[in-house]
Amino acid sequence: MTQAQMQGAGADAGAGLPPMGETRLQVLMVGLGNEIFAVETDMVREIIDPVPVTRVAGARAFLPALVNVRGNVIPLADLRIRFGMPKSEQTADTRIVVIEVEIDGDPVTLGLLADKVYEVTEVSTRQMQQTPRLGSHWRPEFIRFITKWDEEFVIVPDMSRILG
Amino acid sequence: MELDPTETFRQEASELLDSLETVLLDLGQTPQDRDLIDAAFRALHTIKGSGAMFGFDKVAAFTHDFETAFDLIRKGKIDANHDIVTVSLSARDYIRTLIEDPDSTDPIIGEAIVEELQRLIGAGPAAAKNAAPAAETAAEPAPGNPASAGWRIEIAFEPGILRNGTNPLVLLDDLRALGPCTVEADLGAVPVLEELDPETCLITWTVTLESACSQEEIEDVFMFVRDEMKLVIAPLAAGGQSGFGLDMSMPGDAAPATATAPVVEPEAAPAPAARAAAPAPAAPAPEKAELNRRAEDKGTTTVRVQAERLDELMDRVGELVIAQARLSQIAHSGTDLAIKAIAEEIERLASGLRDSTMGVRMVPMGSLFGRFRRLVHDLSRDLGKPVDFVTVGEDTEMDKTMIERLADPLVHLIRNAIDHGIENADDRARTAKSATGRIELAARYVGAQVLVTVQDDGAGLNTARIRAKAEENGLIAPGANLSEHEIHQFLFHPGFSTAKTISALSGRGVGMDVVKRTIEAMRGTIDLTTIPGHGSSVTLRLPLTLAIIDGLLIRVGEGRYIIPLSAVEECIELTAEAEARAKGRSFLNVRGDLVPFLRLRDVFDAEGQPDPHQKVIVTSIGDTRVGLVVDQIIGSHQTVIKSLSKLHSDVTMFSGATILGDGSAALILDVAQLVTLGQSRAENDRTPEAA
Repeated sequence: MTQAQMQGAGADAGAGLPPMGETRLQVLMVGLGNEIFAVETDMVREIIDPVPVTRVAGARAFLPALVNVRGNVIPLADLRIRFGMPKSEQTADTRIVVIEVEIDGDPVTLGLLADKVYEVTEVSTRQMQQTPRLGSHWRPEFIRFITKWDEEFVIVPDMSRILG
Repeated sequence: MELDPTETFRQEASELLDSLETVLLDLGQTPQDRDLIDAAFRALHTIKGSGAMFGFDKVAAFTHDFETAFDLIRKGKIDANHDIVTVSLSARDYIRTLIEDPDSTDPIIGEAIVEELQRLIGAGPAAAKNAAPAAETAAEPAPGNPASAGWRIEIAFEPGILRNGTNPLVLLDDLRALGPCTVEADLGAVPVLEELDPETCLITWTVTLESACSQEEIEDVFMFVRDEMKLVIAPLAAGGQSGFGLDMSMPGDAAPATATAPVVEPEAAPAPAARAAAPAPAAPAPEKAELNRRAEDKGTTTVRVQAERLDELMDRVGELVIAQARLSQIAHSGTDLAIKAIAEEIERLASGLRDSTMGVRMVPMGSLFGRFRRLVHDLSRDLGKPVDFVTVGEDTEMDKTMIERLADPLVHLIRNAIDHGIENADDRARTAKSATGRIELAARYVGAQVLVTVQDDGAGLNTARIRAKAEENGLIAPGANLSEHEIHQFLFHPGFSTAKTISALSGRGVGMDVVKRTIEAMRGTIDLTTIPGHGSSVTLRLPLTLAIIDGLLIRVGEGRYIIPLSAVEECIELTAEAEARAKGRSFLNVRGDLVPFLRLRDVFDAEGQPDPHQKVIVTSIGDTRVGLVVDQIIGSHQTVIKSLSKLHSDVTMFSGATILGDGSAALILDVAQLVTLGQSRAENDRTPEAA
């Protein structure tokens, strides 16, 4: 994978040509703790500012609350808990990314608590490297693949598995 | 999609087939009932007619044969009996298959059904085959009598006919196309110009048509406006006066007037008009009934609406109720009286709208009960157990989604009642019971709930056998001290069956647990009672609707929750003395009764300090009560129920969520679960005390 190839593909897409198979993927860059991961834009519904949450007693730890998003009551997932990251306070950058994923065949809408949302970009699914040394938080089964963004490795997580 | 005429036909046919089934089953019980026979015939005729119109030729052809055979019953040549009803039911099923999945079936089945029907009716295939043309040829000469003379036609439309786009002149032109016409208009009813409403049609016409056409051709001209007009067609040869004519203002689905005579007006019957040549004039009695029914039909006009649209309406109303709650909150926190007044007005309107919307979704239980008559009929035949199926409270209304979800559980319960409940004929004879078993399906209102009971007069539950089975399955220790009621609960255990042999119907051990789960998912409860030797009864207790409930808004720590008001018995203060008396155990003395209580602060792991004056909300499910200790009772709240996400399906204490006035979400407590939790904690409390 070279820079040239990447640009070439980008130019193709810009020229309105069909995307080249599975090679390009549009993603949203999301910060969680000190790490950045990529959520496919296909599953992202919207990004909203933090809203009041309702705690759900007895629920799994990484699904601690409910939020009202435009009249729909959806669960709020805190993936930091799922990945065993330390909990941090809410900041001015905190957002809720509303995504829709398929779990056991049913579409499920939920909010992801994100410490920061960066940008929408394209990554190549071919840029997969041999698994580099990553933060220990990521269990291998949660990772769909690893790609590169701005010279940094980013993980494209397997949301259905993480939530299922 | 909605305008697809084929789809409309399917829907209509499906409803007609349902009513045909009901009518046939009724006919099995009262074979002489002319009204029922006519109703069955009408349904068949409509299916045939519209089937042909929408290109369901197979349906039309088969229905024609079926109808022809049935015509003999209708004309009183033979009486309906149990066998004819059974065959007719299978014919009805066959028509349904032809409509829904014509490829999956074979015409041979249809032929066999018709042959069987003809055999039962006594008309050999040849005779029956002749019957069809005979009916038609009989039709020809009768109206054909005045062939050369022609017809006198009196036309009077309903005054409002112009508003829906009917143009009487076009219809008159159509008549002209049949032959030379003399049209006389009667302007007698038309007022002076100042009072004239141009959209009201007050003119009536008398047309003399010199044509050898058949009466049917004339009727066809008015096919689409027959319900909205009075049409009198008289052959000219018979004097041309309306008194001898036929009142053709019947609804469109009336039997074909040419071949049959139920449409002869009672007063016209004695007159030996040319029409008397038509075969076997029906007795005036069904005609009267028909007229009455028509009058009723006019009183209650109905609109057919797709179920999804109602769901959508309910969603909108739900959002409105939430928005209104927010408005009220803002209005009451301010000082502006005008806004307060408007907020109250809107609150009143929103709650009215909510009630009417829910009313629209309410469907009488009869629509569901009707389905089971067929089930009972078939089961009783298959198992050789004659059963009287009695339904009570068909007009009890419930939300349509509830009724739909209730269908499967009730099928299970009714099957169980026949298969397990009702004994076989020998046993019944031995216990001096009547040979025919009895199953009663009843619905009635109790407060904001509906009770549905399935009751049989069979042998009752065999408690000893259930107990033995439970011990065998390791569910209880041998000799454990259990009440009968507790033992019966094992029937709801997954995979629990005491049937000695597995029949096609029951005994597999799936069923009762599924029934219980379905009912509980509908926020209902299920209860079993039995009297050995006299039968058992299953009672389902269900809320009226699933969409919106009245709730009690409470606060526990920082969180706000909703308790369904239907489960709340009373609210009391948890006094220091009461707490002291409870001595750390979770019991409360409510007027002499010991009621276990749960501190919701503990259950929900609430943070912060409890309020100084804790309140207890006494809730009940069935006979069991439990107190829920909360920090604050905020007030009643119209609760639009939103189901919990699949991701939270492991959460048991809450049955759903709602949106509060400030836009935040609140959880709805699942009282049944909390009562169970409270009871089990109370058991734990008791055990150390006993030790």
